[in-house]
Amino acid sequence: MSDVTLNAAATVPEAAPRSAPLTEVGLVGWARANLFSGWISTAVTLVLAYFIIRWAIGFVDWAFVNAVWSVPNNQTQACRDARGVGACWAVITEKHRFILFGTYPYEEHWRPALCVLLFVALYVVSAMRRFWRPSLALVWVGVLTLIGLLMWGGVLGMPYVPQERWGGLVITLILATFGLAFAFPLAIVVALGRRSNLPAIKAICVIYVELIRGVPLISLLFMASVMFPLFLPEGMNVDKLLRAQIAIILFAGAYLAEVVRGGLQALPKGQYEAADALGLSYWHKTGFIILPQALRLVIPPLVNTFIGFFKDTSLVLIIGIFDLLTAGKTAIIEPAWQGFGVEVYLTVGAIYFVFCFAMSKYSQSLEAELNRHRVR
Amino acid sequence: MSETLDHVASSARTDAPPAILLDKVNKWYGALHVLRDVSLNVALGERVVVCGPSGSGKSTMIRCINRLETHQEGVIKVNGIELSDDVKALDDIRREVGMVFQSFNLFPHLTILENCTLAPIWVRRMPKKEAEALAMEYLTKVRIPEQAKKYPGQLSGGQQQRVAIARALCMKPKIMLFDEPTSALDPEMIKEVLDTMVSLAETGMTMICVTHEMGFARQVADRVVFMDRGEIVEMGTPTQVFETPQTERLKLFLSQILRGH
Ligand SMILES: Nc1ncnc2c1ncn2[C@@H]1O[C@H](COP(=O)(O)OP(=O)(O)OP(=O)(O)O)[C@@H](O)[C@H]1O
Ligand SMILES: [Mg+2]
Repeated sequence: MSDVTLNAAATVPEAAPRSAPLTEVGLVGWARANLFSGWISTAVTLVLAYFIIRWAIGFVDWAFVNAVWSVPNNQTQACRDARGVGACWAVITEKHRFILFGTYPYEEHWRPALCVLLFVALYVVSAMRRFWRPSLALVWVGVLTLIGLLMWGGVLGMPYVPQERWGGLVITLILATFGLAFAFPLAIVVALGRRSNLPAIKAICVIYVELIRGVPLISLLFMASVMFPLFLPEGMNVDKLLRAQIAIILFAGAYLAEVVRGGLQALPKGQYEAADALGLSYWHKTGFIILPQALRLVIPPLVNTFIGFFKDTSLVLIIGIFDLLTAGKTAIIEPAWQGFGVEVYLTVGAIYFVFCFAMSKYSQSLEAELNRHRVR
Repeated sequence: MSETLDHVASSARTDAPPAILLDKVNKWYGALHVLRDVSLNVALGERVVVCGPSGSGKSTMIRCINRLETHQEGVIKVNGIELSDDVKALDDIRREVGMVFQSFNLFPHLTILENCTLAPIWVRRMPKKEAEALAMEYLTKVRIPEQAKKYPGQLSGGQQQRVAIARALCMKPKIMLFDEPTSALDPEMIKEVLDTMVSLAETGMTMICVTHEMGFARQVADRVVFMDRGEIVEMGTPTQVFETPQTERLKLFLSQILRGH
């Protein structure tokens, strides 16, 4: 151990003008500098490495070596025997269709599956900068309409499926995509309105943001599902999913509006003045000068809020909408499968993680690309 | 005092119609009286240099001319159009008045070329090709055509300020306002910007320029205006103002400026 210490001290090129010794670069150099730079750090590294490796071996044993991958028709005895030493992935094998598609009619599962693919394709296309042009809005309208058609059916020989039977991943994607697609423009309008010179517009925006931010999303969802129908005339019925969707849009809109406003406030006053002095109209100034810069500044908090709302859609479970998490929970209600929550929740969590992590990675690259002009 | 002022003003270009007219303009920031009965006539083609100590209201005065600030009393007319809450009139005025700021205020997310073409395309409704040709023409005049594809952050301060001048000129303004265009620059860059402004002055552009660059004022100014505490204290040809100051305030200011240089 003392050997390592001496070595590390000797190779730190304090005032040495010569090129760094080989041990300072590459993987070895990195490990030496970050993990073994002194006896304390070496000790910490070794202790942590011990725990990490032990845990990883345990996890591999549980998740792969001792796991039960399938059982014959709901005979879960094999799983129960492996309890504690091996995972029961059989529950996923058995229930994945239910987790992904909820109570949607079994023979029609291709429809929500296609919708999920359409959503993913829509995200990928929208993420590419070369498709950022006005016609992209039309693509969105087209794809979202198509998704609606597929889900409801009743045309082209597809049987009609009432909304109450929709469920699973597609519900999560519907709530998140429609939610953010409407909440984001709403947020921009509200953020601009909050800085308006017209007192009435400003007041409306302030009241909206403060009211919505002041209540939990859960209570908004309750209001949408329980109270809202009371105000509707007899016989008129607004779809439960739509009501939840509106609640989510309003809620996300208020939060995003504050994020956008932060970006507007961070812009130097000179940018507004230069645009004014050139004679640009309010809309040209806002569209070409102010928003492009303000939104770039707030990409990190914006995506943070996006990710938060993607996961918050799971709160709709309290008003009985079958999103991904609720479907997962319901899948293990059946007595035969009770007690295998860990496997189901790990799977559901992994699905959420894939979407959120993709958003996060994408935002990092977007930030780097859009802020290239700041680099000399 | 106002008699002598009017006399000087009208003697500069008697026959030309005034490009800018300020008549007894007053402005307050809250309780702070920043412009006090400011009256100034600028004839078409005239070059006016405004100087004065910090906080004397120079910026405020020229920012009132394109209504970046609003005045509370008095009349301001640009090209015969009176500044008021009328949005149409304001658009007409801003189209004719270009402005260059101390801190350049280029749009950092747009290239140099886009900075120059944005307003001609959207305000003047000029076709894109034409606007780009025009922008290249002015970028050539300020001697940086090769930077057109870069972003402002990649240019030196002097280059940025010359782009800002080109950007304003692309709107083909009849009047140019400069608010201390060189005071954020390193000494070696001041000259390149002043040279650009001198050649602009030689084209006969109407200019109001807030600056403490005495050499520039002597070279191009038809008139020098000295402001202090929100008032126009003295005004005359550069020789009159710099060689034979009448008031103690101007004498003090000049001695400070000279010591500073
Ligand atoms: N937005 C504002 N709110 C309140 N007071 C202001 C504002 N802008 C300027 N002032 C005040 O008005 C006075 C005149 O300011 P102005 O910027 O016109 O001076 P200036 O002559 O341009 O000075 P400098 O040479 O420092 O640029 C100053 O006392 C300043 O503090
Ligand atoms: Mg100033």
